[in-house]
Parts: sequence; structure tokens; C-alpha cells
Amino acid sequence: MSDWQPTASLEAIKARAELLSTVRAFFAARNVLEVDTPQLARYGVSDPHIQCIPVPGYGYLQSSPEYHMKRLLAAGSGPIYQICKAYRHGEAGGRHNPEFTMLEWYRPGFELNDLIQECLTLFADLFTDVRSQTYRFRDLFHDVTGLEPLTAEDPALIAHAESCGAPKGLNKTAAVDYLMATQIEAALPAEQLSVVTDFPGWAAALAQTGEDRDGAIVARRFEIYYRGLELANGYQELTDVTEQQQRFEKDNALRREQDMNTMEEDAYLLAAMASSLPECSGVAIGVERLLMAGQRLNNIDQAIMFPFNRA
Amino acid sequence: MANYSTSEFKSGLKVMLDGDPCAIIENEFVKPGKGQAFSRVRLRNLRSGKVWDRTFKSGDSLEGADVMDVSMQYIFNDGEFWHFMDQTSFEQKQADEAAVGDAKKWLKEEDICEVTLYNGEPLSVSPPNFVELQIVETDPGLKGDTAGTGGKPATLTTGAVVRVPLFVQEGEIVKVDTRTGDYVGRIKS
Repeated sequence: MSDWQPTASLEAIKARAELLSTVRAFFAARNVLEVDTPQLARYGVSDPHIQCIPVPGYGYLQSSPEYHMKRLLAAGSGPIYQICKAYRHGEAGGRHNPEFTMLEWYRPGFELNDLIQECLTLFADLFTDVRSQTYRFRDLFHDVTGLEPLTAEDPALIAHAESCGAPKGLNKTAAVDYLMATQIEAALPAEQLSVVTDFPGWAAALAQTGEDRDGAIVARRFEIYYRGLELANGYQELTDVTEQQQRFEKDNALRREQDMNTMEEDAYLLAAMASSLPECSGVAIGVERLLMAGQRLNNIDQAIMFPFNRA
Repeated sequence: MANYSTSEFKSGLKVMLDGDPCAIIENEFVKPGKGQAFSRVRLRNLRSGKVWDRTFKSGDSLEGADVMDVSMQYIFNDGEFWHFMDQTSFEQKQADEAAVGDAKKWLKEEDICEVTLYNGEPLSVSPPNFVELQIVETDPGLKGDTAGTGGKPATLTTGAVVRVPLFVQEGEIVKVDTRTGDYVGRIKS
């Protein structure tokens, strides 16, 4: 049996340690406080696209430190970052492991653009000589597929997804997700940092929504891609507790529609938001993805010492 | 059979798709930043040998296929069926032409083959990686001609035709790699 051996090379393990120390130095220089929130907690995320791993008698392994970090922000922590493990059921493949490392940080007072700039500054420390290019989601989607994702008729989007190999029976949002994951990500130039902004309003998750310059409802979110990998996912964070409550309810309605278990709304998060969550932007980055991009690794197993099937 | 959900898909898993048993070759999980996740799956149709690419929504499931690979000894061909015997139970199975396919030109009596059974019946047959077969027909190589590098065709007892070096003669036994159809060497008798 050779399964006892790590799947990451010693070189990759050293590069990972160096990467983490670069990240910590980056935030220390900017007076962003390192924090450490629970991985095991009573509530899990309600997003129907994320399945938490339940721990009987305790709750859930956290799929992201977001809820707890927002409670710290509401308690007046100021800017904070965290490097921690996160867990998602069923996410396993060349770029996913059910347990992975998340770098997440929050900046009170930052607009989304400020945070994009900070991400790019961090990436300049991690990757040498790389340019960046920003795209609006709808322009990028249109350039690649010839369709307008926010206003096109549902059947046209669904038919296009099916012609690109999507399974039958998708709804419009799933068809757009499919095209994003299979066609658009693949079309982004590998050797630049591609910043994508103004996602469709339905994909807001915990981001604020607003109108773009054409009057369409968009999510105040961005993603950054490099070398074919989605590295970062940032939000202008939702701070309105009523809206948050509604999104919990909407997520659970969607979960019921798809015969999934519903998730109890996080009462602590709602109470913190009702108290005083400051206007802020936050971003989550997959640490293994950073390592994959920096070291040109083509499978996440090469960035993880012991992936789940040998852990 | 059990149902398998996309999170259980892995290389080698046998599942039913469009009424045919298939083996999963690879399963790639794809997911946009926030949204629906998919499994892009490459499968081999075990009946036709064709490779299919299909995408499933995460959480979808497929029925497992009752498919088993077993080592069996080839015993004889009755003109219509090729007969194989399980070495431990001595149970015999007959495979039709569709199941034997290209393997038929490498089948030598008593050789051990890998037979894929679907619902207990032969679906496909893989010959051993190397077989030793006698040459029944080949041109006599010209004496002293060692320049030719392409070799010459030789017909084996099973009807298979392989390229052999010029010095190899009729009646000799040669070893052949069945995966490539290449001559490997002569067997000294």
C-alpha cells in the first residue's frame, strides 16, 4: 500500500509554507488582525449550492468562516483576516477537496473596488509580473456565447447550454452557471488575472445588489481567475438584517423545491447584523488554488498533503 | 442494483446509462463561484466500446450495472459461440461474436482471458496481453537480406496477420502483444 504517502511534493509543501508566510506578512503590514473562529458550529450556511457536512450532536463543519467573522466585525474588530480549513460535502475533483484551506478577509469601509485593488496587490506579491484585466460579467458572457445573460429569453440560454453538453432540464440560472463554469472560464486568457464583476442579481449570495450602468440588477460581487482557476470570490457585504432574513427564507424555499434539507437560520448572525454590522467588503480565496496557480499544479491533490481519499 | 450519486462517481465504477452498462473513466467536478455544481463524466460504453462524455447536475444519480470482470479459460469455438470456463467453479459461459469482437483473432485454446460479465453473461472479452501463436503462412525471407526494416506479413493459426522480421519462418511460434498487434519475439521450441 503506497496510499500512506503525501500527494504533494516536498517542494509544493515548502512553497505552501512560504505562501502562507507571505500572506501573513502582507496583512501584518496593513494592520489587518488575524482571527481564529470555530470550524464546528451549530449553524451552517443556507446557500442551496453548498452542502455542509453535519456533525451529529454538534451542528456542522463550517463551509466558510463568514458568519463568525461578521459577528466579529459587528463587535467592532476592525479589519480582520483568517486562514482556516473549510468543508463542503460532495465537492471533490481536480480542483476541489471536501476539506480545503480558505483565506478570508473583511475590510470595513472598503468599497468593492478597493478590495479588488487589495487582492491584486496581494497577488503581485505571490505571482511575478502578471497583468490584470477587468470584465463585466454580462459583457464577458455575451462575448463568449453571443447571448445576454441578464435579459435573454430563458429557452435561448438553456438551449445554448444544452448544445454545449449541459444535462437536460436545467433552469435559466443553472444554464448560466453551466456556461460560466465550462465555456467562459475556459475562454479567459490564462496568463493574466481576470477580474469579473457585476454578476447577475440572482447570484448575490450574501452580497449587496444594485443597478449596473444599463439599469440591470447585479450583485456587488467579483471573482478573480488566473491560469484557468477561480481564485477569489469577493462581496460588497450585505448589512441589512431584514434582507438577510429574507435571503435565509429564499434559500430554504429553494432547498424545499429541490427536496433538500433546510438549514436553520443563524440567529447569532441575524442578532449581530441587527446590532451593527459596519459597511464592508470581504473576499474568500482558496489557498490550494493559489498554490496550484503559483506552482502550475494541475490537480489539487498536488497542493494538499493528504487529500480526503487518503486522509 | 444500488444507485450511485455524482459524489460517488469514480474511475472504474460501472453504471447504467441509456440502457447500456458503462464504466466511468473519469469524473470532473465543476462549479462556478456561486452556483449549480456539475459532474462532467467520461464513460466507456461496455457494449459498444464507445467513449461518451456526459454532464450531470451534482446530486443526480445513476443505477449501478451488474458488471464483473472474471478470469476465464478459453476452451473452444463451436462455429457460432466461443466457450469459456471459470477456473474455480468450472462453470462455462458462451460468448457471441459481438462480445468476443476483435479478441477473436488472439484466442488460443487454454489461454486465460478476462471476460466481462453483464447480468452473468459475457459482454466483452479481453485476450491476454501476450499470446504465443504459430505462423501458418509467410513469405520465405530472402537470404542475406537484412536491410529491410519493415519486415513482412505473417498469418497466424488464429487468422491474425502480424508483421514479423524477415528471418522468421513458417511453422515458428511467435510472441505477440495483443494490445498493439506487434511482434515481440520468437519462441524457441
